[in-house]
Amino acid sequence: MIRLDNVSKVYTRGARPALDNVSVEIERGDFVFLVGSSGSGKSTFLKLILREERSTAGDVFVAGRHLNRLSSWRVPHLRREIGAVFQDFRLLPNKTVYQNVAFALQVIGKSKRDIQTNVPEMLELVGLAGKERRLPHELSGGEQQRVAIARAFVNHPPILLCDEPTGNLDPGTSVGIMRLLDRINRTGTTVLMATHDDEIVDQMRKRVIELKGGHLVRDQDRGVYGLETV
Amino acid sequence: MRIRFILGEVASGLRRNSTMALSVVLVTFVSLTFVGAAALTQMQVQQLRDAWYGEVEVSIFLCPENSLYEQCAAGPVSPVQEDDIRAVLEEGSVADIVDEVYYETREEVFENIVGADETGVYSQLEPADLGPVFRVKLTDPEQFQVVADATEGLPGVEEVNDQREVFDELFRFLNAATFIAAGLAAIMMLAAVLLITTTIRLSALSRRRETTIMRMVGSSKSLIQMPFMLEGAVAATLGAVLAIGGLYLSARYLIEDWLHGSIAWVDYVGRDDVWTVAPWLLAIAVGLAALASLATLGRYTRA
Repeated sequence: MIRLDNVSKVYTRGARPALDNVSVEIERGDFVFLVGSSGSGKSTFLKLILREERSTAGDVFVAGRHLNRLSSWRVPHLRREIGAVFQDFRLLPNKTVYQNVAFALQVIGKSKRDIQTNVPEMLELVGLAGKERRLPHELSGGEQQRVAIARAFVNHPPILLCDEPTGNLDPGTSVGIMRLLDRINRTGTTVLMATHDDEIVDQMRKRVIELKGGHLVRDQDRGVYGLETV
Repeated sequence: MRIRFILGEVASGLRRNSTMALSVVLVTFVSLTFVGAAALTQMQVQQLRDAWYGEVEVSIFLCPENSLYEQCAAGPVSPVQEDDIRAVLEEGSVADIVDEVYYETREEVFENIVGADETGVYSQLEPADLGPVFRVKLTDPEQFQVVADATEGLPGVEEVNDQREVFDELFRFLNAATFIAAGLAAIMMLAAVLLITTTIRLSALSRRRETTIMRMVGSSKSLIQMPFMLEGAVAATLGAVLAIGGLYLSARYLIEDWLHGSIAWVDYVGRDDVWTVAPWLLAIAVGLAALASLATLGRYTRA
């Protein structure tokens, strides 16, 4: 589903590479934690998959596409196969919960009927049924993140990228979000989650990929956050 | 769905950015009014040229008594000389471009001058002071010089005169006016493009959140950019509509009512001509907006 072959990324010539010769493969239906301190290359990793950045060397494959050779007008089609969730939710403050989720379908040209069936279904899945007409500021942080997840997943993409989705949430709320992501993963969706949250990683016991200074230093099934790595 | 989405975005963008949009409307209004005025002036020039040149006559003044001209030193024109001149016009080399020749006797010339004179300047004039005149109408008024060359210097001819010279001064003035209007229009259009650019930029920045999400969920570049482009186009088109309205009212009240009422013998441009210019003004407005969009959008709504 996602494959990086000897991928390096250098932002400014001569500077230390943000990613250095990283090779990794993530299968369909995997749940993977991407861990590492700030500046380890996690964000660059996600940006390469979303094709917000292009690799300096090496090949990136996502959902059957070779991103090095993907022309820029086809990038939107790639992004429809990837749902993305962020630490800061990125909701539209003047749109209701329902409108925020519907927006994602509207702007890729889905029909009104598609929207009317998919959006309530998705709000049900993330546990926000009955709060369709609320505005984001009327919701708790956890609820806002659920709206963001609903928006990312409403199009049923095969891949869900999460960048620190629990970074702004308290531990109790985070557990709820993780349960939701786990449930989405069980539908066959590949979930790749960058995180600093060691408790969650330790609890979930999923595959862990660790980056350090742009290098891949660990790739472990059923791993924990801070194993005995150097 | 998408069309409704785009229209909704355009409406909310214009509302949020209303002062900016209004300034775009006003600047395009003024600039396109100048463009339209320049176009109408040129149409007026063409129309007058067509109308007046057809009416214009070449006047061949024949020698009166006591003429100060050297070529009349032999005395007033004789009937034989008159016949010779008429023969040149009607049967000579210029006969095919001469439409009609009319002979005005010195008494008729006198009547025409004194009759048209309201100031009394010519009251001392006597018919004997004047010579007769051949008024020559040409099939093609542009061929004046050929007739002048053929008749000037013939015995008994005092001077050959083309009435076009009178109009050419007016046309030169109208052309200069066109030039000034076009120059002002160019400056205003530059201002319009810069303003539309700024409007689009502000609009794109104020909706950065939306465009980021649209990019993220995979909407196409055209859908992301379309609302901003349309915003500029709508504002510019509104300006063009105002300009057309302004020109229409000017044609209706200034030209057709006022000018026509005071100087009726001129064939003026009118409301029909405004409708001829209108599509061009709309096209220019859309073109200006497109130009501004091209200059801005690449940078502010990166895909």
